[in-house]
Amino acid sequence: MIKRIAQTAGFTGLLAALLLTLLQSFWVAPLILQAETYEKPAATQVHEHADMAMPAHEHDAEAWEPEDGWQRVLSTTGGNLVVAVGFALMLAGLYTLRAPARTSQGLLWGLAGYAVFCLAPTMGLPPELPGTAAADLLQRQLWWVSTAASTAVGIALLVFGKHWALKVLGVAILIVPHIFGAPQPLVHSSLAPEALESQFKIAAQLTNLAFWLALGVISAWLFRRKADGQYSA
Amino acid sequence: MSISTSRTQSAASTTTQSQRIVAAVGAAVLGALLVYFAGFSHIDAVHNAAHDTRHSSAFPCH
Repeated sequence: MIKRIAQTAGFTGLLAALLLTLLQSFWVAPLILQAETYEKPAATQVHEHADMAMPAHEHDAEAWEPEDGWQRVLSTTGGNLVVAVGFALMLAGLYTLRAPARTSQGLLWGLAGYAVFCLAPTMGLPPELPGTAAADLLQRQLWWVSTAASTAVGIALLVFGKHWALKVLGVAILIVPHIFGAPQPLVHSSLAPEALESQFKIAAQLTNLAFWLALGVISAWLFRRKADGQYSA
Repeated sequence: MSISTSRTQSAASTTTQSQRIVAAVGAAVLGALLVYFAGFSHIDAVHNAAHDTRHSSAFPCH
């Protein structure tokens, strides 16, 4: 069983990460690089004004950073791979509790994953280009994680709950983080022009949707393939 | 023959009942740790390496 989870997650993560890297390289990464051209001169200006006052949060000189070009693509691929295998592990774990009856059910699992890890968090914290003003990082991360968790629980209750009261509870849990609201910066500002920002939002959403649908279908297919002869489920 | 079959079946069903949940939770926790490491870790070098992954996945980054 553990071997089945590991194999499903490993191969699914690998394939989905490759797809993600392809989509990113042609669509998302160019927008990030373009946004950084607005960020870099501004950042050096800030440094001239207050080089001692900069908080430790700023990441430059000291920490390793991939060079633009193949190094950056490679390290992004690595990041994608870790994230994709992580998400695939969650899916494969869930499949051991509720095996998909058909490979196409993987699409639904993928949609749910997209809703949990992308759609719901971006309703409060939209995808950001480098150089966008935002609230405290830790607070945003906490809100992001809570929103993903409550969306997961909400969808699970909505889909698997047998009693109507459970479904209502599911909807309530889905909504709670959005009533609470995501941490927002005092002033919304962005170094990159608005057109670039909105293009990035669309690119990020569609890339993540494609990534999650691929993740769902590939994982369901692999999980069911491994099942043949082992389980009847 | 029939005894051994039934024994295997009952062993298999107890295995699936208890261990399925352990395996599922274990896989989910491990998966969450991987996502946390690449997407949310505050280590500067990890942030820089997975920078574009974080922005593209709409994780809070800076």
